[in-house]
Amino acid sequence: MSTQEQTLFDANEITVSMGPQHPSTHGVLQVKLKLDGERVIDAECVIGYLHRGVEKLGEAQTYGQFVPTLDRMDYIAAVSNCLGYCEAIEKLLGVTAPPRAQYIRVIMTELNRITSHLLWLGTHAIDLGAVTVFLYCFREREEILKIFENYCGARLTTHMFRIGGTQYEIYEGFHDQVRTFIKDFPKKVDEYETLLTENRIWIGRTRGVGVISAKDAIDYGLTGPSLRGSGVEWDLRKAKPYAVYSDFQFDIPVGGQGDTYDRYMVRLEEMRQSARIISQAVEKIPDGPLMAKMSKIIKPPVGDIYHSIEAPKGELGYYIVSDGSTQAYRARVRPPSFVNLQALRKMCAGHMVADVVAIIGTLDIVLGEIDR
Amino acid sequence: MADEEKPKPEAPKPEAPKPEVPAGEPKAAVPKPPPPPPGAKPAAPAAPPKPKGPQQEPWTSPLVDALKEKFGGEFIKSYSFLTQNQIEVKKDRIAEIMMFLRDNTISPFDYLVDETAVHWPKTEEFEIVYILYSHPKNEHVRVKTRIKEWEPIESVVGVWTTADWLEREVYDMFGVQYANHPNLKRILLPEDWVGYPLRKDYNIRLQDVEWVRKHLGIDSGQKYYVGEARAEDTGYVTPSD
Repeated sequence: MSTQEQTLFDANEITVSMGPQHPSTHGVLQVKLKLDGERVIDAECVIGYLHRGVEKLGEAQTYGQFVPTLDRMDYIAAVSNCLGYCEAIEKLLGVTAPPRAQYIRVIMTELNRITSHLLWLGTHAIDLGAVTVFLYCFREREEILKIFENYCGARLTTHMFRIGGTQYEIYEGFHDQVRTFIKDFPKKVDEYETLLTENRIWIGRTRGVGVISAKDAIDYGLTGPSLRGSGVEWDLRKAKPYAVYSDFQFDIPVGGQGDTYDRYMVRLEEMRQSARIISQAVEKIPDGPLMAKMSKIIKPPVGDIYHSIEAPKGELGYYIVSDGSTQAYRARVRPPSFVNLQALRKMCAGHMVADVVAIIGTLDIVLGEIDR
Repeated sequence: MADEEKPKPEAPKPEAPKPEVPAGEPKAAVPKPPPPPPGAKPAAPAAPPKPKGPQQEPWTSPLVDALKEKFGGEFIKSYSFLTQNQIEVKKDRIAEIMMFLRDNTISPFDYLVDETAVHWPKTEEFEIVYILYSHPKNEHVRVKTRIKEWEPIESVVGVWTTADWLEREVYDMFGVQYANHPNLKRILLPEDWVGYPLRKDYNIRLQDVEWVRKHLGIDSGQKYYVGEARAEDTGYVTPSD
């Protein structure tokens, strides 16, 4: 649908509505574009098509019952959602998960980060016309989903952890399966790179597109790879270590000029770093219990807590207010995609319509998390 | 966890409407021992009952001192709860305070992590919570302020651009009116929706039935209409019943 407005002499300002049923918006996102010819003057996002009232549900369910609901927010990275929430409640309760559970959590969360980035890479490349990469990415993603399925029976909405630890013991052959995957995986990332990194079309579509400076990125509240692409070396796993991340060696990749290409390079390197963390963790999973000693009915003390983790898309925070009952008085989720998407308007201005697709892709959004 | 599979009898049923009045507010002060009656013998100093759970601990820093000095009348208190630092201020000069927190040299809070609200219907108040982070100092702080349900509050979009959508969401969910917000309209719910879902008096089964009928052409089957939720009526009937 488009309407034409005649302005004085030279330009025809056109308003184009992109979405909500548009394949490259990765869900039900509507972007209203104001165009001068093919150049974007302004963009406005219309969100909320997938709103399910997750925060209200959090007030109506007990602390334990709320965990599976959270898996449905960022369904690409359900394990991260689960980890952040469980740790927030544990912090409020004054409970620490046993080391064995912590190690399993780190391995699963990092595997999940890889699946999230693989899905991002595949769909982002398809958006920009490189179809082959998608098939390669899903080949590896499948291997990880098999590990998830063996571990907890689910592939996407996993509900993997519990408040106080994990429920499931790792299965026989877990170590070997993870080791085999991690051994080959860095080579696979190199393989993706041969398809894209020096590809002239890829560089043409991503270099200088959607540039955001470090200062603006912080002002817009960008987090995760979208912030690191602008050269800010900030990762919650290092800045405020949670779980057992302080036990592992890994680097934080950063970009230079903050364009789509830089964010692509950052995410590729992050996958290698995740593999590095997993290879360290899988070798030293300690023995011991899986659950901390705690009462069966979860009743945190009166008070409030904010806990955030580095989800694949950025800072995922939970602000929980407890009134001492079995249900949260307020369960606020600070979703990374919601805040990151806000920068779309700034990043699009002055670019072509086709670049909007690239910029939506590079922000790595999931609408389930934005709308909650 | 067993409490998920086997619902305990004492656990409140999820479908029961929540009581309007919360069981307790997080700002539980340490109970003071009653003063001894005059003339009574000084009894052996009985240890005051140890309060259960974590308590607010006094916390101060050079930044808090600077804030006190600059905005003396606005400052209420600063404390630490579970090692998380918090500052409570009055709402009147909130944008100025935020500008100060962003631009000070001691610990510049350049990143607004989150802005949200908590509804306290007992006192007819909203608590607006700002979670700030300082990249140079690697430090979090939580700033809280309270407004009455009908009062507007100054927007902080001029301080951090990211507040734009966050404040729109608070407006959408709680009906908090932000003064000087550039584009205050609903963000997640449709523009013509009636009601503010995250308020405590908004029943979880409450729905804008008129909206659903008008735009989707279906009968939603929800019993509760906006404004007609009654706490004592827990029955749920579908139109076919």
